[in-house]
Formats: sequence, C-alpha cells, structure tokens
Amino acid sequence: METFIQQIINGLVLGSLYSLIALGYTMVYGILNLINFAHGDVLMVGAMTALTVIVGLKGLYPDMPAWMLMAAGLLTAIPACVILSLVIERVAYRPLRNAPRLAPLITAIGVSIVIQTLGMIIWGRNYHTFPELIPTTTFDVGGATITLTKLLVIVLSAVLMVALMLLVNRTKLGRAMRATAENPRVAGLMGVNPNLVIAQTFAIGAALAAVAGVMIGATYSVVHFSMGFLPGLKAFTAAVLGGIGNIPGAMVGGLLLGLIEALGAGYIGDLTGGVLGSHYQDVFAFIILVAVLIFRPQGLLGERVADRA
Amino acid sequence: MNLYFPKWRDNPVAAFIATFVVAAVLIALPFVVGQLGNAWVRALAFALLYVMLALGLNIVVGFAGLLDLGYIAFYAVGAYMYALLASPHLTSTFPAIAAMFPDGLHNSIWMVIPLGAALAALFGIMLGAPVLRLRGDYLAIVTLGFGEIIRIFMNNLNAPVNITNGPQGITLIDPITIGGVSLAKPVQVFGLTVPSVYLYYYFFLLLVIVTIVVCINLQNSRLGRAWMAIREDDLAAKAMGINVRNVKLLAFALGATFGGVAGAMFAAFQGFVSPESFSLMESIIVLAMVVLGGIGHIPGVILGAVLLAVFPEVLRHTVVPVQQALFGKVLIDAEVLRMLLYGLAMVLIMLYRPKGLWPAPDHGINPSERMGGGKGGKAAAAGA
Amino acid sequence: MLKVQGVNKRFGGLQALSNVGIEIERSQIYGLIGPNGAGKTTFFNVITGLYTPDSGSFELAGKTYSPSEVWKVAQAGIARTFQNIRLFPEMTALENVMVGRHVRTRAGALGAVLRLPSQRREEAQIKARAIELLEYVGIRKYADYQARTLAYGDQRRLEIARALATEPKLLALDEPAAGMNATEKLGLRKLLESIQADGVTILLIEHDVKLVMGLCNRVTVLDYGKVIAMGAPAEVQSNPAVIEAYLGAAHAPKGTEAA
Repeated sequence: METFIQQIINGLVLGSLYSLIALGYTMVYGILNLINFAHGDVLMVGAMTALTVIVGLKGLYPDMPAWMLMAAGLLTAIPACVILSLVIERVAYRPLRNAPRLAPLITAIGVSIVIQTLGMIIWGRNYHTFPELIPTTTFDVGGATITLTKLLVIVLSAVLMVALMLLVNRTKLGRAMRATAENPRVAGLMGVNPNLVIAQTFAIGAALAAVAGVMIGATYSVVHFSMGFLPGLKAFTAAVLGGIGNIPGAMVGGLLLGLIEALGAGYIGDLTGGVLGSHYQDVFAFIILVAVLIFRPQGLLGERVADRA
Repeated sequence: MNLYFPKWRDNPVAAFIATFVVAAVLIALPFVVGQLGNAWVRALAFALLYVMLALGLNIVVGFAGLLDLGYIAFYAVGAYMYALLASPHLTSTFPAIAAMFPDGLHNSIWMVIPLGAALAALFGIMLGAPVLRLRGDYLAIVTLGFGEIIRIFMNNLNAPVNITNGPQGITLIDPITIGGVSLAKPVQVFGLTVPSVYLYYYFFLLLVIVTIVVCINLQNSRLGRAWMAIREDDLAAKAMGINVRNVKLLAFALGATFGGVAGAMFAAFQGFVSPESFSLMESIIVLAMVVLGGIGHIPGVILGAVLLAVFPEVLRHTVVPVQQALFGKVLIDAEVLRMLLYGLAMVLIMLYRPKGLWPAPDHGINPSERMGGGKGGKAAAAGA
Repeated sequence: MLKVQGVNKRFGGLQALSNVGIEIERSQIYGLIGPNGAGKTTFFNVITGLYTPDSGSFELAGKTYSPSEVWKVAQAGIARTFQNIRLFPEMTALENVMVGRHVRTRAGALGAVLRLPSQRREEAQIKARAIELLEYVGIRKYADYQARTLAYGDQRRLEIARALATEPKLLALDEPAAGMNATEKLGLRKLLESIQADGVTILLIEHDVKLVMGLCNRVTVLDYGKVIAMGAPAEVQSNPAVIEAYLGAAHAPKGTEAA
C-alpha cells in the first residue's frame, strides 16, 4: 500500500509539472493552431538561468539565505523565459501566421534546435546539479514519504493554476484571450488587438514554463541543455489528452499523465511478468498520445481551437 | 520536371551529351575527391544513403503531403534486420540458431534488399494504418512518438531476451557481397586499384539511380496524381472516388521501403549498428533535407540531401582550424555548430524561401505571370 | 435511378432533415430548391456520404447503397460538385479531369514503377478521355493552365468535366450557377441539357428559380428540413406553401415561363 501511495505522490508531483508546461502548449495551440516545439526548450532556459544566477550569487554572497537565492533564481528565470518566448513569437512565428501548416512546424523545430544548441554552447554539455535550497524535511503520508520540495511543487502549481483560471475567466485579458482563441477576426472587430493578445499568451505560457523548469531543478536536482525535450513532448501529450486548447483540460491531462506514468513505472515490472522494465516509462506517454489521437482526438474535455474558416 | 536539363524528346543530342557528362562526373568523382583522403569518399557514400532516405521521405511528405517526423524508424528496421541476419549476434546469443546455421548467419544481397523493403513496408502499414487520418501536426507528433518508441525498444530489447543487444548495438556485420565479390576488399580494374569505399560508393550510386527512376515514374502516374489530389484537397479527392486512406497508406509504405533498404545498406557499410544512429535528430535532418531542398521536387530533394549531408563534413574540417587560428582554442565544436546551423537553416529557409532552395517550377500555365498582354488580364481574375 | 427515403439528420439541437426523400428517374434533370438553410446541401452531403444520416434508405440504379464513405459513393456512381468549387488548384485543368478518371482505372504502384505496357496504354486513354471531356464542356484551350487561374465560370465547367470523368450514373451539382451572369447561365443550361441527352441523370441544387423551372423535369422544395412540395415545376410554382416559403425573397417566381 505504501508503494501505491508513494507512486500517487510521485504522480502528483510529475503531473503538476506536466500541467504547468502543458498550459503553455494548449494556450498557444488554442490561439494559433501551432505546436510550439520550442516550449520545452524555454523551460530549459528558465532552469539554467536560475541555476547560473543562484550559483553566481552563492559564490558572491555565501551567506545569502536559501529562500532569497530561490527567489532571485525565479525572478530572473521568469523574465528571461518571457523575453525569449516573445522574441521567438515575433521573429519566427508571426511572419508565418498565414503560411501552410508545414512551414510553422518546421520553423518551430528549427527554433527548438537553435535554443538547444545555444544552451549547449552557453552551459556546456554536462549535466549540472541544481543546488539544494529547500530544506530536506519529509512528511509521512500513510506510510509513504513526501519531501518538502515535492509538497511545495504540488502546492505552488495548484496556486498558479487557480490564478490562471481566475485570469482567464474573470479578467479583461482573459476574455480577450478566449475570444481570440475562438475567432481572431471577430475578436479583432470587437477591438481586441490579436497581436497583443497572442504575445501575452506566449508570455504567460513562458512564465509558467520558467517556474516549472526551476521546480524540476529543485525536485530532481539535475539540469542540462536537453532537459526540455522529453518533458515538453510529454506535456504536449498531456495537453492533447485533456483536449487541446482547453485550459482546464491541460491541467487534468497533466495530472492524469503524471499519475499514469508514475503508477505504470512502479508496477510495470509486475504487470508484464518482468519482461518490460521501468526504462520503458517514457514509452507510456507516447502510447497514450497515440491512443488518444486515434480513439478520442478531441481529448477528455474537448478541443477548443480557433475557427479558421 | 527539370528546367535546365535538355529533354530527350526535344533535343536528343543535347540530352545524350548532358547525361554523358553527368555520368562521367559521377564516376570520376571518388577518384578526384579521394585525393583528399578516403574519408571524403566515405562522406559521399553516406550522402548517397541520405539521398535515398530523402527521396523516400519525399514520397510521404512531398507527394502525398503527410508529415512524418519518425521516418528514421524504417531506416532502423532495415538496419537491424540486416544486422541480425548477417552477423554473429544471433548465433552467439542463441545456441539453437547456432545449431541451425553452423557456418554462421550470412545472407546474400539479393535476399536482403527485398526482405528489407518488405519488412519496412510492413512496419509502414502497421504504423500508418491507425494514424493517417489525423490532421497535419497531430500526424507529425504521432509519427515522432512512433520513431521514439522504436528507438527505445531497440535500446532495451536486450533483456530478458537479447535481441538487439541494447545500447551497445550489433557489430561484426557482413559487408555486401555481389556475385562473390566482397565490397569490403579493394578490386583490380584495368590495373587500377579501386578501394572498398569507392566500390560502396558505386553500388549506392546505382541504388540511388534506381530510386530516382522509381520516384519519377510514381510521380507521373495515376497514383502520383492521386497523391497530388489528396495533397491539394482531401475531400474533393474522396468525392472523385479515390480511396484516400489506402492511397495514403501506400505512400507511407512505399516511402518506408526506401528507408528500409537504405538502412540495410547502412548496416553493411558501417559494419555495426546502434540505437544512437536512429535518433529523432536524424528524422529531423532527413525532413530538413526534403523541405529545404524543395519539397515534392525530386532534383530539389537530391540537392537538399547532398548539401545537408556533405556540409557538416566540410564544416568539421574547417571550423576547428579556423577557430584555433582566430581564437587560439575551439569555442564551438563542429558537432554543435552543425546542429546550430541546421536549426538556423530550418528557420531561415521557412521565413525567406518556404518552397525550398530548388522548388518545382510552376506547374501548368499561369497567365497572370506572363509579361505583356494576350490572355494575361482576362484569365487572371479567377473568382473564388 | 435514385431512390432515397426517410432521411433524418440531427446536428445537436437542430433537426436539419426530417423524413426527406427523393425519387429521380433515369435521365431526368431533378431540381432541389428551397430558401437558405432549408437543408439542401445537408441532404446532398448525406446522399454523397459526407454526413452519416440518423436514418434513411438509399438506392442507386436499383441497388441499395450505404452512404458511409464518400469515395465508395463515387465508385457506386454518384459524382458531385461543390458549392464553393473544390478543384485541385495547383494542378492543371487537364490533370484535374485525369484525376476524375481514377475511380474507373486500375494501374497501381507496380504498374507505375515498371511502366508496363498495360499501364502506358491506360495512361494514354486517361489523357485522351480527359481532353475529350474538356472539349465537351468547352474549355479545351485551358487544358494546360493551372486550375486556379481559370475564370470563375470556366472553373465551374472544369468541376463538371472532372465529375463526368468518373462516369457517374447520377451527377449531383451543388449550385452550379452561383455567381454566374445571364450569358454564363445560358451556357450552363445548354451544357446540362446535352449531358442529359447523353444519358446522365442530374440532380441540381439551385437558387436561381428561373433556371430551375426552365431546366428541370421535376422539382422538390425543402423548407426547414422538410419536403413541402414535389412535382413538375409548373405545379410547384403555384403551390401556396412554396410561395409562402419564398415570400419576400428577391427571386419569388412571377409568371415565369415553364420549359
């Protein structure tokens, strides 16, 4: 039973992270019908920026308290990601708004590769250790343990998601985003500036990715230039699972995917009589992706994509 | 199809001379390039394999308009198939098989090529059948997923039963033998010693020529038209009685066969295979070759493949010394620079030359593009 | 030729078609008219397999068919054109019509790759027939032009030629006269009459009531998804329910001459 609870906890942590990243994908796809391949790499930039800042500050001020270092890390990562994301949108995606589908896809892949290689150049190929800033207290939950870090991840993600829901449903910007997602032309006629809204959408997604990146560093301790690829892909799966373009869908999809992956990895050995080991964990996400797209392409909660007549 | 090459019908003499010149260049090329070292001829041979891959993917992406980001899976299938059938791996891992084949597992090229093609086609059908009705970007992601799934399996099928030998891969793969002549040993021709790597180059060149002919024939056929129709308007194609699902599947499977055969050749040439050679990046590179070269346009795709295959080699030999000379040390190593440039190329070409470096010339007459009067004005004002 | 009965189709809360049926005799030109939103194109889409009906029976040339897949319907013998013209824009006019021949020809991948003599013969036949059809509809001289560069009226003709290439038993045209001027409509009428004379049955959706009345042998009128009248044009014209449905519309029939 403890294993079960432990895996649930792991699943929730993983799922929270996937949700944060998935939100970026889903919001951009909802408005632009574009899979922002570079989103995972934005996450990487967030994590690495935070790493650099934290390690740098620690070197200069060895007595700086941990929470301050963490705050500094987040407060530099978020703007870095937001700026990066806005630049990408402006330079690589906006000119191709009306191009046939293949062009933005190729460009997005190209951007992803460029960011990864720049990351490789700036931060090197090695795996870096993210400094331990959060105290390693653990709590006991029904026999399983949860570290403070993991608890913080779950709580912080939940808070951010609630904030996003409030933003989308209760504010003017949120209304503008929803309108542009449904029908950009008509939204434009109502006085909404689609370029501005699109930029804001990218910015919000990037900010969430930055936080996710830092949290991945804090939770799993390892960061490196290609850390964005797999989480990015899985988060996209989560977004599709929940219903692309659908914001609550991304949250649900993320949590669900995290749980399935954790439980699957934990029990796959038993399930397959030892034939398949836990290194097949990544395959789960892909299989779910394929299955969802074949059997229920609109996702669990339904798609919400722009009406491109 | 090709604007600059004289057509046989119009001017047989010019066409013959042009063909002769091109053939002469291609035949002499290894000897010329070989002066700089065999490594360059090796690069050319690999470039030919990439040309085959790019032409195969072109059938899927260019002719039929299907986005495949996992094409390298078929390359992997072909490579591993050959590796298993022509190396000591199976006989040394499974005594039962060793007993069946006391002389070891070796297989003739005449069996391997059709087998590789068939196996790849089978995988193409299996992977394609459930997903080809998905819309563009979803298809891309799903095929990406498939490519990764296959690589993960190749990487992990070493326990409990060691089929693929996991990350270490399979080594000691037989070279290609044609009619008793092994391509791994130099051959004497008219007193000239032709090194093994040149032999592989010529063999691959032959395969590439066959590939090109097949692709041209497919393009200018009922099937090719059906693909083009599907690409232009899926629904209208259906309304004209085209079984779109099967026709798409056919494109996928045919594209896969080229991948499979190229994979088998790769395994034989390199002598070993490991999952590393079949990463997502490889799929993306082949896609880049097609898209950057000129999607759907056979000469363009060949150009794209050659450029993107040979360029990194050139880079490798220039970048390091240049950086040493300028900065005293290597800031960015060749591999990283290569990837960076691939990425930049993809972004820049899509922004500034989205149809590729050598796109298909205008298909059919477009009167509004003609200078002067005549039908210029009237027919240009198309309604809808 | 075509016998359809009891078609119902619901989209969410909207009952788009209620118990709609149609019976078309061989070599007739049959018109389907009705105000905007009456369900004409929906009905079209149902019989050609684009939409799956909630109920209905379908018979073509005496054989039951199930409109489950668009391409199967075309294979069975119904060819259609689209309200918004769906040509293959980058292909030439000739190639567009050659694609129409796909369903009645056989060469596959093997024949294509090996260039077998049977395949080459078939290709020549396809091309010849396509040219014939372009000639038939009157746009032979645009054979090598990109389809999207053709004038609007010529594009409509091309679509018809392409549909004819499939050797249909029933030619279903969705507003073929939309956007045409009077001269072009006359030309279209002549074309349709000669198609009829050559033995092809035609089903027509049209808004131009004058054209329909003059051209069609029989007409069905739809309104709000229901059949409100059926019969020869003259009868339907004077049917009070029909007049009511059209009252206020710009094209209300006013003593138009029947063919």
